[in-house]
Amino acid sequence: MSSLVPSFDWQQVFLQPWSDAPAFSCWIVLMGFLATAACGLVGNYLLLRRMALVGDAISHSILPGLIAAFLLFRTSNTWTMFFGAFAAGLVTVALISFIQRHSRIKPDAAICIAFTTLFALGVVMLSQLEGRGSFHLDAECVLYGEIAIIPLEIPVTLGGFTLGPPSVIRMGIVLLGIVAAIAFFYKELLITSFDPGLARSMGMRTGLWHYGLMSVLALVIVSSFEAVGAILAVAMLIVPPMFAAQLSDRLPARLGLTVLHAALSAIIGYHLSVWLSCSAAGAMVVAGAALFALVWGGTLLRQRLQRGTATPPSPDNFPEPSR
Amino acid sequence: MNALSLHRPHRLLPLLLLVLCCVFPSLAEAARISELTDTGMLTRAVRFFTFQDPSLRYALAGSMLLGVCCGLMGAFLVVRKLALMGDALSHAVLPGVALGYLWNLTKDPLAIFIGATLAGLLGAATVQLIRSTTRHREDAALGFVLASFFGVGICLFTMIQNLPGGNKSGLDQMMFGQAAALGRGDVILLACVTFLAVIAVLLFYKEYLLTSFDPGFARSIRLPVPFFHYSLMLLLAFAIVASLQAVGVVLVSAMLVIPASAAYLLTDRFARMLLLSALFGLCTGAIGAFFSFVGRSLPTGPFMVLAAAVVFALALFFGPRYGILPRWWRQRSRSARIQRENTLKAIYHVLEKDDFRREAVTFKELAAHRRETLEEARQQIARVADVELVTVQGDVIAFTPDGWQRACEIVRNHRLWELYLTHAARIAPDHVHEDAEMIEHVLGEDTVRKLERRLNYARRDPHGKLIPGLEDIRQGPLGPAIPPGGPTVPPTA
Repeated sequence: MSSLVPSFDWQQVFLQPWSDAPAFSCWIVLMGFLATAACGLVGNYLLLRRMALVGDAISHSILPGLIAAFLLFRTSNTWTMFFGAFAAGLVTVALISFIQRHSRIKPDAAICIAFTTLFALGVVMLSQLEGRGSFHLDAECVLYGEIAIIPLEIPVTLGGFTLGPPSVIRMGIVLLGIVAAIAFFYKELLITSFDPGLARSMGMRTGLWHYGLMSVLALVIVSSFEAVGAILAVAMLIVPPMFAAQLSDRLPARLGLTVLHAALSAIIGYHLSVWLSCSAAGAMVVAGAALFALVWGGTLLRQRLQRGTATPPSPDNFPEPSR
Repeated sequence: MNALSLHRPHRLLPLLLLVLCCVFPSLAEAARISELTDTGMLTRAVRFFTFQDPSLRYALAGSMLLGVCCGLMGAFLVVRKLALMGDALSHAVLPGVALGYLWNLTKDPLAIFIGATLAGLLGAATVQLIRSTTRHREDAALGFVLASFFGVGICLFTMIQNLPGGNKSGLDQMMFGQAAALGRGDVILLACVTFLAVIAVLLFYKEYLLTSFDPGFARSIRLPVPFFHYSLMLLLAFAIVASLQAVGVVLVSAMLVIPASAAYLLTDRFARMLLLSALFGLCTGAIGAFFSFVGRSLPTGPFMVLAAAVVFALALFFGPRYGILPRWWRQRSRSARIQRENTLKAIYHVLEKDDFRREAVTFKELAAHRRETLEEARQQIARVADVELVTVQGDVIAFTPDGWQRACEIVRNHRLWELYLTHAARIAPDHVHEDAEMIEHVLGEDTVRKLERRLNYARRDPHGKLIPGLEDIRQGPLGPAIPPGGPTVPPTA
């Protein structure tokens, strides 16, 4: 057991990564933060719409998307792969709503049926391709991501300036786009998420907004999966908004808290991974979940304390009705 | 349960045949490929059906047991709306697998089984805890457990990799599964779990049924609902952990949900759904094993899932009661009938405007009455003439006796309903037409008799028009051509 968990050395865990290879640590933490923040911002709306697990479905259907794109176009450049995965995400959403609309299958079962079938197709295609040896897709990379190799990518240069690894640049652009979209369509997203009936009565096309949100969801998952993997992307979609929802009821505050949670979990997770020498993406998820557990425990404790000190209700100090 | 399943075997038979049909084209395919490439697929297929290889026997038995076990558990998940619980738990057992491996750094199946089951139960308890102490919904709780447990598992596995003598310990196998690698121990484990599941379901069928469909009532008669919930979760964790080796983390949730969903589309009885679901699981397990064996290196799990998906798609499109195509067909024939009846009613109205002095109407009159073109009127009449409700001679249309009767019935239904709404429900006479337009096509004879009694056999509707009674139907459009002498009609009010 002692060899599994190395002894904790403050200097080695917190200082050495930044003093020995500052660029390396910086890119990993930045990528973790960008991916978690982008996923988390979109995840807030998913949580409000009770569709958290659609993200799970889309992230699993990336595998068949990548392979189908390769089979169709016979190249494995980034953009082809990207669009293959993106299209697979949209196909998943369409399949889910088809099953839901045309049968009495409940939404949760429809989600499960759609993505597992696509995933099975992906695994079958993958085994066929590997048999011929023409294509090597690292299944582990798809599932767990390889954030550690991002600093080793050939950096993008623009006008003589070295900007950084292309994945990080892409993720940054996606995050900026999402922030801009939320700022621009704040009201519409708010209304369609909280009260679709009101939105329809005001002449908004809720179906269009639904598919718009689903496209953005597919976009963030696809752009962050190469860093964190398909399944851990689900954690980044769900955990930050849950953390934020535990602390605030207001949407702007929740969005801010999501970004804060993303930054904290990226930094803490990175140091955790240095200490335990484990997968950085996995450690970031663990750190994020631990932050949620901390806040959750805090609210439980506060409720307990309030209940302990509450005086029995009398006409003079009648407790406010809980909502 | 047996009696129920044998109640209507003809419904199950075609489906079974369809599932088997999926096997036979592949045989033909295999024969062709073997001629070309000499891989001996046909001989492999023959060997499959003669069960010569011991490894095949294990794989086949394992897949089929897995199908039955997952099918049974999945039926409960689907009716409890917990379909994604299977998905969450299958991801959540990962840290348990890692801890079980750490126990003595070998792949001891028992240690891994215990560790994974504990992790699964912890996951189920966490979901319950998040739901009861926070405002987060079920989906968020499931997603949280799925992702964070999986994250812990990933960390543990990468840490094991760094250990001296530590290897991946079949992590990939856990993700994707390989039924061909099933050993004797795995099959015995699966058999035990399946046996346990079957026994539990048989013994506590009534209790599980009640707690699944009406937990409130179950609590009120003092059934320990949490006990049944957690025992089900325990069985589910057993099923998942035992199946991981064969189909992997992602696809085990498919084997839980897809056969059960297909069964859910085919029946309304839970006992029958359980049986069908287990049967589908069994068949798809066998098909998966067959493809994987015949195709040499093909993974078993995905083929099982794809076979299950085919079964589900068949149920979705062709299921007799809830299938898309049968429902579409029923809807089409119903709207065609309503259109025909509206045409008949229009002819009746034209005749009524003339006080029934004639027996026939012209296309022009009909088109003018319905405010449509002559062409449309001809089309409508052609559809009615097809089923011999009217006869067309040149330019005039006349009712056949059947058509006259149906037209009278529709008009009677319409006017009775209007009268009923104005009298009994006190709705203004100018508000009742739309409602009557819809209900006239679906009122049955019994309801009509009741309405007539209730309204004292009234002869006039709220707009002063005659409500055709049995006598009018017998007499035909031209008044008392047939002399009265048949059965007496009830006195009019």
